[in-house]
Amino acid sequence: MTGRVLVGVKRVIDYAVKIRVKPDQSGVVTDGVKHSMNPFCEIAVEEAVKMKEKKLIKEVVAVSCGPQQAQETIRTALAMGADRGIHVEVTGKDYENLGPLQVAKIFAALAKKEEAQLVILGKQAIDDDCNQTGQMTAALLDWPQGTFASEVTMEGDKLKVVREIDGGLETIKINIPAVLTADLRLNTPRYATLPNIMKAKKKKIANMKPADLSVDIVSRLEVLKVEEPPQREAGMKVETVEDLVAKLKEGGTI
Amino acid sequence: MALHCGPQTWLQSYRLLSRARLPRYSPAPVRPLSEQASGKAAPSAGASETLGDHLIYTHEHLALKESLRKIIDTEINPHVDQWEAEGIFPAHHVFKVLGSAGFLGVNKPVEYGGLGLDFSYSMAVAEELGHIRCGGCPWPSGCKRTWPRPFGSEALKQEFLLPSIMGDKVACLGVSETGAGSDVSSIKTKAVRRGDDYVINGGKMWTTNGTQADWMCLLANTSEGPSHKNKSLICLPMNLPGTIKIGMWSSDTAEVFFDDVRVPCSHVIGQEGMGFTYQMLQFQEERLWAVANIMTTMEAVIQETIQYTSQRKIFSRPVLSHQAVHFRLAELSTEVELLRSLFYRAVVLFLKGNDVTKLASMAKLKGGRLAREVADSCLQFWGGMGYTSDVLVSRFYRDARLMSIGGGADEVMLGIICKYMDTLPKK
Repeated sequence: MTGRVLVGVKRVIDYAVKIRVKPDQSGVVTDGVKHSMNPFCEIAVEEAVKMKEKKLIKEVVAVSCGPQQAQETIRTALAMGADRGIHVEVTGKDYENLGPLQVAKIFAALAKKEEAQLVILGKQAIDDDCNQTGQMTAALLDWPQGTFASEVTMEGDKLKVVREIDGGLETIKINIPAVLTADLRLNTPRYATLPNIMKAKKKKIANMKPADLSVDIVSRLEVLKVEEPPQREAGMKVETVEDLVAKLKEGGTI
Repeated sequence: MALHCGPQTWLQSYRLLSRARLPRYSPAPVRPLSEQASGKAAPSAGASETLGDHLIYTHEHLALKESLRKIIDTEINPHVDQWEAEGIFPAHHVFKVLGSAGFLGVNKPVEYGGLGLDFSYSMAVAEELGHIRCGGCPWPSGCKRTWPRPFGSEALKQEFLLPSIMGDKVACLGVSETGAGSDVSSIKTKAVRRGDDYVINGGKMWTTNGTQADWMCLLANTSEGPSHKNKSLICLPMNLPGTIKIGMWSSDTAEVFFDDVRVPCSHVIGQEGMGFTYQMLQFQEERLWAVANIMTTMEAVIQETIQYTSQRKIFSRPVLSHQAVHFRLAELSTEVELLRSLFYRAVVLFLKGNDVTKLASMAKLKGGRLAREVADSCLQFWGGMGYTSDVLVSRFYRDARLMSIGGGADEVMLGIICKYMDTLPKK
């Protein structure tokens, strides 16, 4: 396969940041908060770059949907080895309402436009934990999907994918073109070295809007309320099993 | 990184950087992704770094800092507690990791494995290295010294500069002696010419990474005459017969003795007799590096103190809720910002080609003193916990004290500032 790979990279709040809910409960605080590339997207980029290094594919294109700052995320992908980037600009209310279905439509359109052989995404984003975009993209394209991939190998003109599932590991063989979603153990992403960070400056990032791809990004979902999880109550220690049962009965749990 | 810091010349060691090797492909360093990607709390996740209207940093600087931070968080910080306990850190391993990622020699020439970027990139690296959770020992780049370019023969640069930039060789700095610290001109180590070699006798003290270094940038007396004009910088491999290394106080700060050590005369960097002058040329960068570094650590200490005191209760209220505490932290934070402004001003002027000796000396002076204040006040707020050895604040209290001594003591800084103010007594 000497084709092109599209890799989706999402800009999310950094995993180490303490999340705070906005006072009006409409969402979480994002202003001035540190953002980075979704960890599973990093794994997706690493897999794509590795495939290119093995000469299995020719070009890695990093794609991100969002406001101006999404370009920083694309640049990180470029610094890791992607060849060029595409920034699909979505701002304001549209961005707040951007969900897996809209992103999947955008990716499906781009996959056709760029004549991609492979679309690799992270299995889920750590902000919404949806785990839907990859699957929806495959459905829209009518392509096979290898989700929760922990190992991917080329076998002739097919892809062998080992998937992490509840019961253990499942191995499937799918045709190309296909959609893959990266799970944790697929690989260990490389550091963006300083020379590559500087080289990434020269790589191109194309700009476009969803309308340019004839994609309608109107959301069919409305977020009603965002709340903090209930405060953890202090636990208590009991001496014996009898005490435990008594306390549980007291608390109405049993 | 010398961990149980006795006084060290980590700032002096900052000078010698040389290793020229043509950049070749090396496998990109990998980092492990934690299973609990969404649950982990990183030490200083508080202050977010966004571009905004930064005075000197661009997207690339921020990308650099992010990448370096990842390396620190995965390859260095997890091991710091162990290294502290052992009193030593694996210099070759750490420098190789940094060198492979391109973070050593950021502003060194490209032909020697550097990136040829300007000083602002070095400062971004310096700031980020302050995230290493080992107080005033931000020297995984240990002996990152500025090789006095363009001095030094091609052969020397290939043998010493390039490998150091690539992280394959560990360097150390040999300037201070038991009898000479601030007064560099009174060092006694001699390098006497015999045929095509120098024979070196004497000894050096406070050499950070001394026990692990592959080579030393040595300042020695190579002739008679005025003390400012009789010294030379020599690249000295550390494995020559006659070199005796003694580690001190379970730290990797060594005392090194030279007993008739022979080294080829070709190992002199630049001109003989110019060693002292070459040293002087690097001071501005060296001092600004130290300031960049300590600012980050001070902020981290203040942030951790806020976190700790917001949870720790005293008289049924969090310690932080007492005005004496949150007001004092506000004062300290204000001073850190003032230092930062002075630092950026000096860097901008330096980038434009100005002599910033006065500002750099002022910044170093303030940095050292402020670090002591921050450490002292914050440790007080930690109470008994602050006095234990496994919290950052106590490490910082011990390690940051060095800043007012090493790399140009406070008194030396004051002397320089007075010189510029023309207030020194006339001879």
